[in-house]
Amino acid sequence: MMAEAILLTIVTASTPLLLAAIGELVAERSGVLNLGVEGMMIMGAVCGFAFAAMSGNAAVGVVGAILAGMAMAALFGFLTLVLVANQVATGLALTLLGLGLSGLIGDPFTGKAGVKVQAIYIPYLTDIPLIGRLVFGQDPLVYVAVALTIAVSWFLFRTRGGLILRAVGDNHASAHALGYSVVRVRFLAVLFGGACAGLGGAYLSLAYTTQWLENMTAGRGWIALALVVFSSWLPSRLAIGALLFGAVGILQLHAQALGLGIPSQFLSSLPYLTTILVLVLISGNRLLLRANTPACLGQSFVPDR
Amino acid sequence: MLRVELVRRPERSVRMAILSPVLAVALTVATGFIVFWAIGIDPFRALYIYFVEPWTQAWSLQEIVVKAIPITMIAIGLSLCYLANTWNIGAEGQLVIGAIVGSSIPILFPEWQTPLTLPSMLILAIAGGMAYAAIPATLKIRFGTNEILTSLMLVYVANLLLDWLVRGPWRNPQGYNFPGSVDFSDAASLPILISGGRLHLGLIFTILVVLVAWFALRRTITGFEINVLGQAPRAAAFAGFSRNRMILITFLVSGGLAGLAGIQEVAGPIGKLDVVISPGYGFTAIIVAFLGRLNPIAIPVAGIVLALSYIGGESAQIMLGLSGKTARVFQGILLFYVLACDSFILYRLRFVRTPARQVAESAT
Repeated sequence: MMAEAILLTIVTASTPLLLAAIGELVAERSGVLNLGVEGMMIMGAVCGFAFAAMSGNAAVGVVGAILAGMAMAALFGFLTLVLVANQVATGLALTLLGLGLSGLIGDPFTGKAGVKVQAIYIPYLTDIPLIGRLVFGQDPLVYVAVALTIAVSWFLFRTRGGLILRAVGDNHASAHALGYSVVRVRFLAVLFGGACAGLGGAYLSLAYTTQWLENMTAGRGWIALALVVFSSWLPSRLAIGALLFGAVGILQLHAQALGLGIPSQFLSSLPYLTTILVLVLISGNRLLLRANTPACLGQSFVPDR
Repeated sequence: MLRVELVRRPERSVRMAILSPVLAVALTVATGFIVFWAIGIDPFRALYIYFVEPWTQAWSLQEIVVKAIPITMIAIGLSLCYLANTWNIGAEGQLVIGAIVGSSIPILFPEWQTPLTLPSMLILAIAGGMAYAAIPATLKIRFGTNEILTSLMLVYVANLLLDWLVRGPWRNPQGYNFPGSVDFSDAASLPILISGGRLHLGLIFTILVVLVAWFALRRTITGFEINVLGQAPRAAAFAGFSRNRMILITFLVSGGLAGLAGIQEVAGPIGKLDVVISPGYGFTAIIVAFLGRLNPIAIPVAGIVLALSYIGGESAQIMLGLSGKTARVFQGILLFYVLACDSFILYRLRFVRTPARQVAESAT
């Protein structure tokens, strides 16, 4: 049963990463690099916790978190798309603001008991040994994350809307010439990214744990950004990457619990070091990156009038 | 129907370039006014406590400068990176590593107290910060790895290393099991400029760094290369300027300065290696660099403004019972206003009256 427990926790640890990363993947496919994922995520975590705690209803918290993430994303979109501010700098600003603001909003909730998103239970199916709880006994947000990943993959590569979105990300001048509104497409993609990051944050404070802690995202927003690079902008690989990173996070926790004589701080730094290592390995593969990197990623667009 | 459009100016507006940071600060203060008013705090009193009071007392005046020293010094280094369009956002980690490496002397060799002790600490700290910044720079040059993500990840790693050291091998044996190293001796501490105060030699170093940066950007080939690479990468490529060399140089300089800022904190105001040695100076410095419009002469002014927000935040906490976290919120809002106002250096607003026929057409 140890293996089952570990697999279960790996899935829960991967979910917030997958949620935040799938949103960012869509934004980046439209050509927008939003480095504010960490800020949107932490705002989702605090607002999700606050709304759930005040209403006593986890669903209200989840909706609140999505709205908070979208509000942050709208701010980013307004600056980078309407005022054509630098995307890197604005993304950093979003993270700094989110970390500060969440600390302020969360102050009254620190140490308070939260509301948990309950795991589903399907008679018989959930009781199947080994795989029952893994496949049929997760909390609803895990299934949302999986469904979102499949939906995004389908949308990007099987629909007209996805084609337009990718066109805007690959060549905004041509997309504009064809009559598509680059700014509108990008704004919607950024909003979707914010909603997903908010949801990922809510997962941390409503499902992964049921408490609010300052800076509780602990760099997960940044890891999500690295995941998007790792996936080379393909949703299917994103899911694999999220599981990989979830596993690293969980295994280091188990290693800490076992007390192998390795200082806990070294084990805690493993997710960050893994991120760097993975980024190095993936960026060594230039061919793969060149094939999928949105060509206009991070570039501002001002239509000639 | 009236529509607002953003139109590129024929050339960048010099007036707006000077006005934009001032406007951003004014907008932040205005936002503060509205927020205080909305939550039922007398806005005039709150803003007075935040922005004016710190200037009225000798100790808080010193404290502003003490806070401005590290953020200005780091911001100068970061501005070089951002000018060259390379993105070091891990200054906080480079600060921590600089402090750790520099502190190794007073912690491992507490008996060695000579006039050479402090200079060796400073040099080691600079080297430590440079070495740590060299990691993302080298990965960027060698493998094309995104330097934003790697430099940021290394911040978490540096903080964990510091945590381990001050709770583990470097913990003060006479410290009653509290984390933190031994207190540094006088020989390992920065001289105080005004006796009885906290203002330290770092001020002189910071002024020197500002002047050297200003001179280097205006009068040296390297400074010229940085500007060309940032503003016209294609022109720089044709001129044969090496982008990789510039990534390395800007990262090394900014890392070294962050390391120096780090050792100045532990050998200055803090006096030992502690669990927390910086309230996020490395990140605040990013705001300072942009508020100072990446200009070495304007950055110290921006550093003072951000230092003021720390001090004002502390007094607002004591006198108004506000959360100490308001300062960070204001800092974030300020950066947003800076970036928004900066848009109007290159662009201006145009109000277009759309004829009714066109509105009907675009609606279909």
